[in-house]
Amino acid sequence: MNLSMKWLKDYVDIDVPIKDYCHALTMSGSKVECYEVEGKDISNVVVGKILSVTPHENSDHLVVCQVEVGKDEPVQIVTGASNVNAGDVVPVALDGSTLPNGVKIKKGKLRGVASNGMLCSLGELGLDKRDFPYAIEDGIFIMQEDCEIGQDIQSAIGLNDISVEFEITSNRPDCLSVIGLARETSATYNLPLNVKAPEFKGVDGNINDMLKVDITNTDKCRRYCAGIVKNVKIEPSPRWLRERLRASGVRPINNFVDITNYVMLEYGQPMHAFDLRYVEGAHINVRNAVNGEKIVTLDGVERELSDDMLVIADDKKPVAVAGIMGGEYSGIMDDTTTVVFESAYFEPTQVRQTSKKLRLKSDACARYEKGVDPLISMTCLKRAFELVELLGAGEVVNTVIDCNHLDENDVKTVDFDADWINKFLGTELSADEMTDYLTRLGFSVEGNKVTAPSFRIDIERPADIAEEVARIYGYNNIPSTDFRGVAKAEFTAEQKFVRTLRSTAVSLGGYEIATYSFVSPKYFDKIRLPEDSRLRKVVRIVNPLGEDTSVMRTSTIPSMLDVLSFNYNNRNESACLFEIAKEYIPVDEKRNYAPDEANLVNSGQPRHEYEYQLPDELQRITIGMYGNNADFYTLKGMVEQILSEINIADVEYVRAGDCEVFDEKYAFHNGRSAVIIKDGKHIGIMGEIHPQVQENYGIGTKTYIAKLNIPELMECAVEEIKYSPLPKFPATTRDLSLIVDDEVPVAELEKAIKGAVGKILEKVTLFDVYKGKQIADGKKSVSYSISMRSHEGTLTDEQADSAMKKALKALANIGAELRQ
Amino acid sequence: MKEQLEKIEVLAKQELSACTEIKALDDLRIRFLGKKGELTAILKQMGKLSAEERPVIGQLANKIRSDIENAITEKLSALKASEQEAKLKAETIDITLPGKTVPFGKYHPLTKVENEIREIFMGMGFEIADGPEIDDDYHVFEALNLPPDHPARDTQDTFYIENTNETVLLRTQTSSVQVHVMETQKPPIRIISPGRVFRSDAVDATHSPLFHQIEGLVIDKGIRMSDLKGTLEMLMKKLYGNDCKLRFRPHHFPFTEPSCEVDISCFNCGGCGCSMCKDEGYIELLGAGMVHPKVLENCGIDPNIYSGFAFGMGLERMVMGRYNINDLRLLYENDVRFLEQF
Repeated sequence: MNLSMKWLKDYVDIDVPIKDYCHALTMSGSKVECYEVEGKDISNVVVGKILSVTPHENSDHLVVCQVEVGKDEPVQIVTGASNVNAGDVVPVALDGSTLPNGVKIKKGKLRGVASNGMLCSLGELGLDKRDFPYAIEDGIFIMQEDCEIGQDIQSAIGLNDISVEFEITSNRPDCLSVIGLARETSATYNLPLNVKAPEFKGVDGNINDMLKVDITNTDKCRRYCAGIVKNVKIEPSPRWLRERLRASGVRPINNFVDITNYVMLEYGQPMHAFDLRYVEGAHINVRNAVNGEKIVTLDGVERELSDDMLVIADDKKPVAVAGIMGGEYSGIMDDTTTVVFESAYFEPTQVRQTSKKLRLKSDACARYEKGVDPLISMTCLKRAFELVELLGAGEVVNTVIDCNHLDENDVKTVDFDADWINKFLGTELSADEMTDYLTRLGFSVEGNKVTAPSFRIDIERPADIAEEVARIYGYNNIPSTDFRGVAKAEFTAEQKFVRTLRSTAVSLGGYEIATYSFVSPKYFDKIRLPEDSRLRKVVRIVNPLGEDTSVMRTSTIPSMLDVLSFNYNNRNESACLFEIAKEYIPVDEKRNYAPDEANLVNSGQPRHEYEYQLPDELQRITIGMYGNNADFYTLKGMVEQILSEINIADVEYVRAGDCEVFDEKYAFHNGRSAVIIKDGKHIGIMGEIHPQVQENYGIGTKTYIAKLNIPELMECAVEEIKYSPLPKFPATTRDLSLIVDDEVPVAELEKAIKGAVGKILEKVTLFDVYKGKQIADGKKSVSYSISMRSHEGTLTDEQADSAMKKALKALANIGAELRQ
Repeated sequence: MKEQLEKIEVLAKQELSACTEIKALDDLRIRFLGKKGELTAILKQMGKLSAEERPVIGQLANKIRSDIENAITEKLSALKASEQEAKLKAETIDITLPGKTVPFGKYHPLTKVENEIREIFMGMGFEIADGPEIDDDYHVFEALNLPPDHPARDTQDTFYIENTNETVLLRTQTSSVQVHVMETQKPPIRIISPGRVFRSDAVDATHSPLFHQIEGLVIDKGIRMSDLKGTLEMLMKKLYGNDCKLRFRPHHFPFTEPSCEVDISCFNCGGCGCSMCKDEGYIELLGAGMVHPKVLENCGIDPNIYSGFAFGMGLERMVMGRYNINDLRLLYENDVRFLEQF
C-alpha cells in the first residue's frame, strides 16, 4: 500500500519529519518499507515562458528560443522541438540542473549557437501523458497549469508529494486504505481523526425504473449497493485527483474509473463502474457461474468459469467476476452516457478461491480476499457520488439500491479484563490507559466488554485486544523479565550420539559440509544404479524450482560427490569432508500411530491422524575425500576410529559387491569397497569410487567415500565403558613373518592366530605387507607382532613358544607358512 | 709436615682452577686424594709424629682433604653446567619455521552457531526437540491456525510432495515441531528445535530454497510477553555481546497473538545506519509472539490455564551476521577454502 502524505493530511493534521513518521508507524504496527519523495531527482528546473522563437542560423530543424525564467535576463535555449511558440509556458532545465535517471544539463553550443539549458518534455521529467493528458508525448510539455514564471517545477505541477510504502499484513486489510492508515496515524500520535460522512445533492429519479438487482447467492454476497449517474461526461480527472492516484501507485484513466479507484484507495472498499448500455435487461444478478461459461476480463483474457465462482451477471451473460475484475465490454468507454456504480460485500474465501483458480489478481481482489468492512458499502457509494458532483462528471440519481443480507447485530464483542492483559503482557497499565488506546483505534469499551469496529475483522479474543494495547503502548515499553519454573534440559541419547560422531569426525580432520536435501534425479544414473534399484524410488516434489532440486535424496553419497567435484574443479588440492544429514525413504505400507499415542496427552482428545504415510527420514554420516593422503586405508582408518569412539568393536569388512543392502555399491570400485557389518547388521559402506562415477562427476582423481547409518550405529554402540585392571605381569612379544597366497585376506590370518593362541593373546599388530623381490609371484609376505600376557603370572618362554607353534599350525591350514 | 700439607692444598687449588675438562678433574682427584695420591702419601707418615702433634696434624689433614673434595665437586658442577650450556646453544633451532600440523577438521559455520545457541538455551533449561522435515499440512499449517485458504499461506511458498493431494509437504517453518511437542508433552514445556526448512525461493545471495530455523517454545502457567522479551534479550546479548540492542515491532503471524518481529542493531554499523541495514540501523532477525490460544486448543492445551511464547529465527542470517558473510550460497557450496576459516 502506497500512501500519499498529502492525502493523509486530509484526515490527520500531522506535521513531523518523514523519517520520524515512518519509524513511529512501524513501531505501532504498520511497517513502512520505504518512502519516496516525488521529484527528488529533479533540481533547478523552473517554469519558463517563451518570449520568442527564431530560426537557427546553421540548422533547419533547430530553433532558438528566448525564455523568461523569472531572472533579470531571459535565457537563450536551442531546441529541436517543433511544438513551441512564443507565449508558451514550459519546464526549463537551467544550466547545472538534474533530471530523473541522473541526467545532468549543462550549457553549451548547438551548431555554434549558445544554449543555456533545455526545454523539457513530459518524459524528461519522468512523467507521461496519463499525468497530463493535454500534453503531447513527443514534444515540449506546454503547461496549462496555474503557476508563476520562475517557480520550481515540482510545486508547479504538483510533483512534491511523498509516497510511503507500507507492508500491510494479511490480518489488517483495513489498512489498505488512506483512512485506515490515517486511523493508525491518529492512534499512534494521539491526534484527532477527521472523517466526514460523504454528501451529495443528486437529481430526482427512481433507480428502480432503470435497474434491477438480485442476489441469488446471499451467502457469498451479503450486500450489494448500486447507484446510477446519468448524462456523464467521460474526461480526464482533475490534476489533484490524478496526483493522488499517482502517489498511490495507480494509473489515472478517466474520471469514472479514477473515482472508483479513488474510493477504493480512500476507504479500502473496491468499487466497480458499469456502462448501463451493456447490462442487458438492465438487470444485475449476483449468482454462481455456470460451468463452462466464459468472460473476457478487462485484461483482455478470455476465462472459463466454473459453478463454484461468483459472477455479476446481466440477463444473458456474466459482466464481472465478483470482487476480482470486470468484463472487457461492460466497462466505461468514451461514449458512455449512463454509469452504474457497484459497492458490495463479497465473502473473502469465495474471492480468494476464485482468484487462485483463475490465477487472476487485482487491487480489488487483494482487499476482498482478506475481508473489507461489511458495513461500508453504502458510505462508499455516496462518496463516489460526492466525487462525481465535485468533478461535475454527471447527474447522480438520488435514489439507490441496497440489497442487504447482513446481520447488523453481528458485532464482535470480547471480554475486557485489564488485569488479565497486564498479566499476559507483563505490564502495569491502568484500565483507563488501555481504554484510551483502544478508543483511538475505533474500539468501544463498556465495562468489562470491548467492541471491535466493523472493519477489524481480525479481532476475536482477549489476546487480540492485548495486542492492540501492547502496540499502541509500545512493544519496547514492555519490560524484559525472566520466567521461573522447573527445567530439565538435557540432550536425548540420539542428540548426544550425533554430537559424538560430529566431534570425532572433526577431530579426525573432517571438514563439515551442508548440502541440500533435494537433488536432481539424474544422480540415479550418475552413480550407476540399476534400473530396478530401490534407491530410484524417491519422494518427488510436485512444484520444484527445477529438476536439480526435484527429488528428496535416497542416498547422501551423490551430494558428497557433488561437493567433492565442486572442490576438485575449484582446484583445491585435497579435501576431507563429512556431513551428518538425512536420507528420505518412501514408505509403502500405511503405519498408524501406536494406540498409546493416539490421543493428545493434555486433553485426551483424539489426535490428528496422518492421511498419507510420511517417508522415513534416516540420519547418515557421510565422509568423502580425495588428494593428499586419501586412499582406501586412510578412509578405513577414519571409519575405525569413529567406530572405536562409539565403542563398536569386532566389525567385519565384507566385499561390497556381494551386498544386498546397499545399492550404492554400484558407485564403488568393486575390488576396493567394503560393507561394514556388526553382528549381522549392515552399518555402512565405504571404498574407492568407481572410475566411471568419478568421471560422471568430473572428478579427475581417486575419490573415497564412506557412509554410516546412524540408527544402526546407535543400536550397535556400547554406551557403557567398563575399566579393566592394568596388567600386573609383563607381556611377551613374538614376531611372525608369513608367506601366503596373495588372495588370502589378512583378516583370515588374524582369525587363525586369534583362534590358536587363545586367552593369553593380547594384541595382534600387523606391521608389514610386502610383495616383490625375494617373494614368489602370487605370494605376499605378512608380518605380525603378537603380544601375549597372562593375568596369573609371567609367561614362560615355553608357554609363548607353544602358543606360537599352535598358531603356525593353524596358519599352515590356510596355506600360510613361516618366512625363512 | 704441616707445611707439606698446606703446600698440597695450595697446589691442588691452583690446578683445579686451571682445569677445564671433566676428565682432567678425575685425574686431579686421583692424584691428590687417591689411594696412591699425594695427600695419602703424607698421611702415611703420621706414625712418625709425636702423640701431641698427631691429632693436630690429623685434623688439619682431614680439613684439607674435605676442602679439596668440595672444591672438586664444585668445579665439577660448574664444568657440567657450562658443558650443558654449550650443548643447548649448539641445539638452537629456528623457532619461526612453521609447525607440523596435526590433521584437524572444522565444524560447518551453521553447526558452530547452532551449537552456541543450543548451549545458551540448554543453560536456560530448554530441551532440544526434533520433528520431521517432510510433514503434513495439519502440522505445518492447520494446527498453527492457518486453515486452508488463509491469506498468510501466500507468504510461504510451499513445496508439495507428489501423489498426496497437496497434504504432504516440506515444512516451511520449524513451528510444526511446536505442534508435535504439544501433542505429546504436558506443560511445562521449554524447547528449542533447530532444523531444515524449505521454501520455493530461487537461489541468490540472500535466498535459498533450503535454510535453517531455530524454533523456540515455552508453555507454562503465567508466561508473559515480558518473559519473551527477557529470553530473547538474554540470548542475543550472549551471542552478540552486551552492546547489541533489540527492537520489538508489532507484526502478524497466525500462530501467535500478540506477534512481533525482532530487529537487532546492525552488526556492521551498530545502529547508526549504513548500507548493510539500508540506513535503518537495525536488521530483521526473527519472528515471535505469544502462542495463539487457538494453537493451544488445537493441541489439547487449555489456554485459560496455560500461556506461552514462541519464536523462530533464521540460522543463516545469524551466521552471516556473525561472520560477515555476504553471500548465502557460500554456506551450501562447501568450498574447503571457505570451510577452513571457521
